[in-house]
Amino acid sequence: MRALHLKLLRDLVRLWAQALAIALVIAAGVATLIVGVGTYDSLSRTRAQYYEANAFADVFANVTRAPEALAAKIAAIDGVAAVEPRITKFALLDIDGMAQPASAMLVSLPDIGAQLLNKVYLRMGRLPTPGSDSEVVVSEAFATAHHFMPGSAFRVLMNGKQRTVRVTGVALSPEFIYALGPGDLMPNPERFGIIWMSKSAMAAAYDLGGAFSNVAVRLVRGASETDVVSRIDAILAPYGGQGAYGRKDQLSHAFLDGELLQLGAISEILPPIFLLVAAFLVNMTLSRLIALEREQIGLLKALGYSSLAIALHYIEFACLIALMGVAIGIGLGLYFGAEITQLYARSYSFPFLVFSRNPAVYAIAGTVTFAAALLGAIRAALKAAALPPAIAMLPPSPPQYGRGLGGLLGFSARLNQSVVMTSRHLLHWPWRTLGGVLGVAMAVAVLTGSLWTFGATEYMMDYTFGQSNRQDASIAFTGPKRIAALYAAEHLPGVLRAEPFRMVSVVVRRGSVERRTSITGRLPAADLTHVVDARNKLVDMPPSGLVISSALAKILKVQAGDNVTVTLLEGDRRSFEVRVASIIESYIGLSAYMDIDALNRVLGEGAMISGVNVAIDDTAQGQLFSALKETPSAAFIILTKVSLKRFRETLAQNVNVMVTIYVLFAGIIAFGVIYNFARISLSEQGRELASLRVLGFTPAEVSALLLGEIGVVVLAAQPIGWLVGFGLAVAAANAFSTEIYRVPLVVEPSVYAWSSLVSIGAAVLSGLIVRRRVRRLDMVAVLKTRE
Amino acid sequence: MDVGQDQSPGTVIFRTEKLRKVYRTGEVEVEALRGIDFSAHAGQFIVILGPSGSGKSTFLNILGGLDIATSGSVWFADEDLTRANEGALTRYRRDHVGFVFQFYNLVPSLTARENVKLVTEIVRKPMRPEEALALVGLTDRMDHFPAELSGGEQQRVAIARAIAKRPQVLLCDEPTGALDSATGAHVLEALTQVNREVGATTLVITHNIAISDIAHRVVNFGNGRITSEHINKSRKAPAEVSW
Repeated sequence: MRALHLKLLRDLVRLWAQALAIALVIAAGVATLIVGVGTYDSLSRTRAQYYEANAFADVFANVTRAPEALAAKIAAIDGVAAVEPRITKFALLDIDGMAQPASAMLVSLPDIGAQLLNKVYLRMGRLPTPGSDSEVVVSEAFATAHHFMPGSAFRVLMNGKQRTVRVTGVALSPEFIYALGPGDLMPNPERFGIIWMSKSAMAAAYDLGGAFSNVAVRLVRGASETDVVSRIDAILAPYGGQGAYGRKDQLSHAFLDGELLQLGAISEILPPIFLLVAAFLVNMTLSRLIALEREQIGLLKALGYSSLAIALHYIEFACLIALMGVAIGIGLGLYFGAEITQLYARSYSFPFLVFSRNPAVYAIAGTVTFAAALLGAIRAALKAAALPPAIAMLPPSPPQYGRGLGGLLGFSARLNQSVVMTSRHLLHWPWRTLGGVLGVAMAVAVLTGSLWTFGATEYMMDYTFGQSNRQDASIAFTGPKRIAALYAAEHLPGVLRAEPFRMVSVVVRRGSVERRTSITGRLPAADLTHVVDARNKLVDMPPSGLVISSALAKILKVQAGDNVTVTLLEGDRRSFEVRVASIIESYIGLSAYMDIDALNRVLGEGAMISGVNVAIDDTAQGQLFSALKETPSAAFIILTKVSLKRFRETLAQNVNVMVTIYVLFAGIIAFGVIYNFARISLSEQGRELASLRVLGFTPAEVSALLLGEIGVVVLAAQPIGWLVGFGLAVAAANAFSTEIYRVPLVVEPSVYAWSSLVSIGAAVLSGLIVRRRVRRLDMVAVLKTRE
Repeated sequence: MDVGQDQSPGTVIFRTEKLRKVYRTGEVEVEALRGIDFSAHAGQFIVILGPSGSGKSTFLNILGGLDIATSGSVWFADEDLTRANEGALTRYRRDHVGFVFQFYNLVPSLTARENVKLVTEIVRKPMRPEEALALVGLTDRMDHFPAELSGGEQQRVAIARAIAKRPQVLLCDEPTGALDSATGAHVLEALTQVNREVGATTLVITHNIAISDIAHRVVNFGNGRITSEHINKSRKAPAEVSW
């Protein structure tokens, strides 16, 4: 091994702590990129393959009762590749050992031949015998939640009649990756599952012989979805068609898409910033570190090494550190990436997982890191190598502190000399000070930019459940009921208060923009549910006119006072114009509200309700649940608080885990930066500080001088970090926004406080380490060296 | 450690007995001091002469509380420095010792006056910085930064910084080592003046024999031992010395 290489390795060993800190900063940047982009990529690919392998349909339509013959008509539409007519129904379940009523979506399986579309993926057991009315296949998450195995039995309330069914198999389906119960915000497999059953058995139970109630359609490549949708609508309309819709409005797909979009957004915003911040810090740190090698560079030149050879030597040094960082980063990235991808895959019930190992990600991470390290190294090495060896071998001559600075600190006569030293030092190298401030600010910013989502999500949940949907539960009926159903609900055991609601599926249109959603009719004086605007003020239900969420208003580009066209997707499918009375805030879905009487007037079916929101006496919950299980007209019950809990859990599992990892990496970056800043400051000022020790300054006094400088830099960095962090939060909030789910831009003071606390904590830790080194300063050596 | 400020000449201020210092670097042991018995009286101006490696700097560092002896003992007045811990040594340096180094060791970001203030801020009953600087003849250069001062001026600032605390001892390690003869004479002038007016016991290390003529007493070091010593019957003025 050549001597220069030996020097390289020994230097690395000598500077191991700093080299490791720099490598960790690099690793954090690289790992974030790999985790973020890799997870998003893996999940997108997995979903695409899963959809393809199991023939996920492109268009769906619900209909009250359509004769089988219509399936052939739909198949004949231009652009349709395959059609699967099915029966789908919601049903309440009665499961032993579970007090709350669970509900399920019943989906029919063809009696003859295999499924053409939305094929189930059997995880265990077998499909039901065609025609059997007691055999079912259940969705895996639901089976797991109830420990169902082939052979397990439970009861289903089908069309008012309870029957016992036996599990023959456990399956997954691309149609129910996100198996979301009605009104639930997150999948809750304990309370909602998918049940597949023989079509003839379902037809018999629901009186749908020779008919279907749902159709799934797959399009040929390049076919126009809009055309097919309108043709299907035309065919199904006379049979109670509720409007065909594409994947965009398919619940599971839409939610999954929303989450993937969010994940994609996080990985598009945070990791590149992490990587750039890491690159900037590495550049700054390495160039300072190599500037300290000035004497050795002079010596090498004196010995006859060329400037190029010397520059190469330090480039190798920087490259080794970068290599170490990239290697650790890839290792961490792969580990966390695989863990997170599996976590997501579990929560989505993917049957398999396609891990993405996109070489471009590694190439980008490697290139950016090496470029930053190299630029930092070359800059400093060339600068040092450019000096004549005799001068380079001496430490830099004492810097000339100008009169201007003296004047600037004219009041210095009254100041403590330590303060004067610190401030002159900081002001004399404004670029280096600025670099340090920026570095720490970036660390604070990435912390703020990732930490805020916790509070914002909490705020959103409080807004959604604490202020808007305050009911304990919502009971939805199988179809619209006369107002008398409200009085029946009021008399259910444990119900303290009941408020009716009417819900109708609609398309809201303005100009060429339209969205499928539902209009909820509510009592103007409703207290269990509130409608709240962006400033947390209660919005009164106008006697006529529509109240829509800001997200819907933004999509439709309407303001209060504008008219929109509403097309009913039920009943007579009428279209009518209605004025937007006011705009409210809502973070989940695209919501629209009307006064229940006004809505009923428009529907023209008399005083009907779709369900009731109830306040429940907790102690009588059990009685209520058992009563509901025997209420034929109750399709399902949404337990709002259970929804909230589940929402929190799922968030904790998905987004929060991701953000936690970002916070962890941001913490590493913060520590890496500050530690290096402190160590390099110590090296730069070591001689001065040792002289002070000789003069009788205690280690604490000398440390205070150094720590004071770090302190000023760290403190000055805080407001800048907050500001940049807020900018990151704005970018992230915009990217997070999907039609299904929005994160409010709420950056609570505690977010800034935590970011500062972490960075200041890193500074204190670095300070303690540096203080130990101050104690070990070699006072004797200092006396023998020249300035 | 508390030693009275006004000690009459003749009081023993430093005393060492069988002082040994061994440096270990790996397997190699270097005996820098091989049993030094020495004493210095308050107010004396002592020059320690010796070639490189004779142990004189090690000796000065131990007297100044910068290094610790391997064996033997060192007394400052009636305090045993060999028993002092890190904190006590720091206090000892702060309260009683003034150092002057070959390379000045000034803080570049502070002016001459501020460099002196750096010390006067942390000790009891110091001189005013202006007074200390006047003693070394730098009244008109007080607000200059080190980079604006000549080598001799920088060294005089270092002396002012060392004496501003009214130290009992002034330890100088090659104070003129980096200076030419004329500038060096100015520095020596400052040292003798301070010795005379402040009364600090002054130990000057040098390998420059010419300087020994200005001392009360000259101690020769060689190979870790005191080889000889003598008292100057008549001292030369620094201006009369040249090299």
